[in-house]
Amino acid sequence: MRVALFVPCYVDQLWPEVGLATVEVLERAGVEVAFPKAPACCGQPFANAGHAAEAARLGRRFAEAFAGFEHVVGPSASCVAAVRELAHLGGAAAALAPRVRELCEFLVDVLGVASWPGRFPRRVGLHPGCHGLRGLGLARPSERMDAPFDKVAGLLASLEGVELVAPARPDECCGFGGTFALREADVSVRMGLDRLAAHEAAGAEVVTSVDPSCLLHLRGLAERRGSPLRAMHVAEILAGREPPP
Amino acid sequence: MSHPDAAAAFLADPARAAWHDAALWHVRERRDAAAGAVPGWEALRERAAAVRRYALAHLADHLEAFERQATALGARVHFARDAAEHNALVLEILRGAGAKRVVKSKSMLTEECGLNAHLARAGIDVVDTDLGERIVQLREEPPSHIVMPAIHLRRAEVGALFHERLGAPAGASDPAALAETARRHLRAAFLRADAGITGANFLLADTGGVVVCTNEGNADLGTALPRLHVVCAGIEKVLPRAEDLPVFLRLLARSATGQPITAYTSHFHGPRPGAEMHVVLVDNGRSALLADPALRDALACIRCGACLNTCPVYRRSGGHSYGTPVAGPIGAVLAAARDPVRHASLPFASTLCGSCRDVCPVKIDLPRQLVALREAVRARRGDGPAVRLGVRLAAALLARPRLAEAAGALARRALALVPEPLWRRTPWGRARARPPLPRRSFRALYRGRRE
Repeated sequence: MRVALFVPCYVDQLWPEVGLATVEVLERAGVEVAFPKAPACCGQPFANAGHAAEAARLGRRFAEAFAGFEHVVGPSASCVAAVRELAHLGGAAAALAPRVRELCEFLVDVLGVASWPGRFPRRVGLHPGCHGLRGLGLARPSERMDAPFDKVAGLLASLEGVELVAPARPDECCGFGGTFALREADVSVRMGLDRLAAHEAAGAEVVTSVDPSCLLHLRGLAERRGSPLRAMHVAEILAGREPPP
Repeated sequence: MSHPDAAAAFLADPARAAWHDAALWHVRERRDAAAGAVPGWEALRERAAAVRRYALAHLADHLEAFERQATALGARVHFARDAAEHNALVLEILRGAGAKRVVKSKSMLTEECGLNAHLARAGIDVVDTDLGERIVQLREEPPSHIVMPAIHLRRAEVGALFHERLGAPAGASDPAALAETARRHLRAAFLRADAGITGANFLLADTGGVVVCTNEGNADLGTALPRLHVVCAGIEKVLPRAEDLPVFLRLLARSATGQPITAYTSHFHGPRPGAEMHVVLVDNGRSALLADPALRDALACIRCGACLNTCPVYRRSGGHSYGTPVAGPIGAVLAAARDPVRHASLPFASTLCGSCRDVCPVKIDLPRQLVALREAVRARRGDGPAVRLGVRLAAALLARPRLAEAAGALARRALALVPEPLWRRTPWGRARARPPLPRRSFRALYRGRRE
């Protein structure tokens, strides 16, 4: 099986290790990875800020670049959710929407991976990330009353030696929210600090997520406060990386 | 004041902000427990959403049916185009009955229309009888929450207010003592009132009934004693059939406070013998909202407040930061839909986390509406030339991988060179360390890996 890699602009620029870990995980899962020349961005920041025209233009070009692939996989849940939202543009964008998946979603739903071979003997707090949680349906949100499930936690829990801790308010938003982090910096920071405190109180050594944007926000806050909490993307954990010093 | 500024002011008292957040999260937890105890909760939401959408799709028919049925029961039904017409109508009705002293149970519509101030100017004394509403009325401030109007206040603050305004002993903060003070004070107001105003939770088209849900019984008391009952309601409150009501009564209180049902569910079917009942139905922008396919769903709202309680932004910025009669996600939508220029910051006062959509008992897609309103704000206000240029440049750059890569490398280097004190003055850097600034991008590393 051949899979096209979708590495969002900010991961490309700020956290390339997440992209590399994603490639490794996919290859270890037995799929061939291609990295087509595509626009750097799917257009999400423009759409969320109310610039629909720019978002549509970028979205169309983005979708065309992935036209030849049956599966497109990315390590950023909010970007994947945004690409799914492009369906309303029709054409290549509508055709792409159902074929694009977040990494864990792809492993579980397409490849049928139930447990991941690896070891991670740490106490891990999982930050679901709202767009993965509610946009992609990777888990049941805490306010919904249907049967609970969690695709990402399932993969993590299958690692040898790992201990998943449960922070209070397990799926509350971290306050990143794209331009919200700048426009509403005070509320954003308060939300992020509250999440950090919840993970720390639960005894987490590592906070992980399928959304690198949430993690960059949390990591920036943790670093400034000198918190011992380390931020790692789920792909890094699955690829067998060690937490940063 | 824009939302971010008001939120910053709210957060400047971290202890109060933390307490406010915890108090409302507790309500959210009670809601979760109550919802979880109902088998088929999600199916119930589905059902409620369908009924509300059906009601709105045939709103004119249902309103006419309601008017017919209520009139047949002996009530008088009035239609008001806007807040001014509503206020004038209510005043005229009160004057017609010679009413000077009015008790009013909770009504967000009268907050929206500014009825109290209008009646006060005409020399009519209005006492809000919902305890929380009375507290904010005595403080001369708007409610900060649609279900718990005084949730922003601590008990000691209420004690101080009652001491100052109601002559209660100083230093009281015991809930039972405070409630007793309020009860005595309100009881006097009930006894001397010559009219009772209520809102309406639901208007039943097939029976002409008006349903009011309270926890304090104040709607009953306020209408049982005076000879005149005036109901003030938005035109969207109508349900097609009395038979639909149980779906909403099961959802409303559980979503609002985690109670299985409100302590009182009062049904008014026409005036009682010898009394007068008027129903004032208000449009005030609702028809315009109904005409907008992207936003009309907001009219399905049953004002349970669940979206406020779950909203991480509302909990950390307080109801007053919205500067609108209804706060939180639904308030942001309603206010910005009405006036996107005046309320330009509200559609952006959300991370789009989506929790509001999932708690909403009638499944309003609030995040989608907030995004639509962000576009509306931009369309109405226009972007400054700098924003226009910046957005165009960024979009053009990001569409071209090679250019983006070169620009990215430059930007990373530039960002690394920003002196720390300057970095700490940026909105990102104020509380967050610099993001990692790797020497090589993923694209570069990936090429290296292949070669």
